[in-house]
Amino acid sequence: MAEEVVLLDFWASMFGMRTRIALEEKRVTYDYRAEDLWNKSSLLLEMNPVHKKIPVLIHNGKPVCESLIQIEYIDETWPDKNSLLPSDPYKRAHAKFWADFIDKKVNVTARRIWAAKGEEQEAAKEFIEILKTLESELGDKKYFGDETFGYVDIALIGFYSWFGVYEKFGNISIESECSKLIAWAKRCLDRESVAKTLPESEKVATFVSDCRKKLGLE
Amino acid sequence: MATDDVKLIGSWASVFVMRARIALHLKSISYEFLQETFGSKSELLLKSNPVHKKMPVLIHADKPVCESNIIVQYIDEAWTSSGPSILPSHPYDRAIARFWAAYIDDQWFISLRSILTAQGEEEKNAAIAQVEERTEILEKAFIDCSKGKPFFNGDHIGYLDIALGSFLGWWRVVELDANHKFLDETKAPSLAKWAERFCDDPAVKPIMPEITKLAEFARKLFPKPQA
Repeated sequence: MAEEVVLLDFWASMFGMRTRIALEEKRVTYDYRAEDLWNKSSLLLEMNPVHKKIPVLIHNGKPVCESLIQIEYIDETWPDKNSLLPSDPYKRAHAKFWADFIDKKVNVTARRIWAAKGEEQEAAKEFIEILKTLESELGDKKYFGDETFGYVDIALIGFYSWFGVYEKFGNISIESECSKLIAWAKRCLDRESVAKTLPESEKVATFVSDCRKKLGLE
Repeated sequence: MATDDVKLIGSWASVFVMRARIALHLKSISYEFLQETFGSKSELLLKSNPVHKKMPVLIHADKPVCESNIIVQYIDEAWTSSGPSILPSHPYDRAIARFWAAYIDDQWFISLRSILTAQGEEEKNAAIAQVEERTEILEKAFIDCSKGKPFFNGDHIGYLDIALGSFLGWWRVVELDANHKFLDETKAPSLAKWAERFCDDPAVKPIMPEITKLAEFARKLFPKPQA
């Protein structure tokens, strides 16, 4: 049977970016279907009835939901090119810990900077602390995975396209607080999979402005 | 340094610690169980998990592994030749098991906990309704995953059984506290039978705490406001 890979996604989602980067790293051909989050397709609702969220990876008709789970699935299904997770069990557990940390902390706090009125300053301060913890974990390594771009890098890099938004509404400079992390992000952007996937900051800024209007914040 | 030197920092009452213990038992791994004192955190815990400062922490040959589901996967991968596989072998089945384990932690557990922390009848009833709804979803997930076999993982307990099954003691405590049965033959017949089988499993039975002991601990952890 011919391989059929479909991705239901939204261009600005840092979670969808993870899956796209993983698929690009593995050179998997896939059919990208853009969703309108204010008018979700019946396919999305059918493939992810529990959460009704993107990204949804559909492989030969079978859905895989949740971006980190998708990265692992992609790594296991197409093992030949560019391993995304280390093979050593301890290093794998370590990578999963940090990806889990990113999922638990980064978006929840970042969202409060631009989507919740009156919480910007506090959220921005917390956000910088979270980034500093990640920067400390990165240390002097080229990537979170050391020499190899992988799981943790993929889990975090999408947020870089949103940094301009957090800086604007949080009144912070991520470059001055976390310069090593910015340098890491630029190294990631040298990779084709990342450069192809991450949207322009200006486009994200316009999108956020529209969201804020819809939320009654502007 | 003994490469099989295994320690587990935890507590007899913790659901998340239980996951790690069940996995270790399944793989017949001997370990030193370092129990934390209720109300304080040991220096070893704080040193081994400086980011979250939470249990369980598995320390294998002096290297710490944190987060219960990550620990269970680590145990499966580090001791592949011991005992049965904890995760399914096919990547798609693994993705489904991981999806439901994440749902249990992120959605189902939060609503279960809300019953114990609810202030007043209205909040409690809303939490109960939410658990009912989410349990129904898990009942369907069980039917899909088990494909007619006794456990989520098939013939023997695995990752998803452990993820949900570790809650069974606390779930019973919540049922008693709320005076409401969730795991009932009419509402969740497959899960109700699965629960009995899970608790009877030799890797689980010695670890599952007694309900009365757990209920007493719950009263300490979630004191009722004075009337």
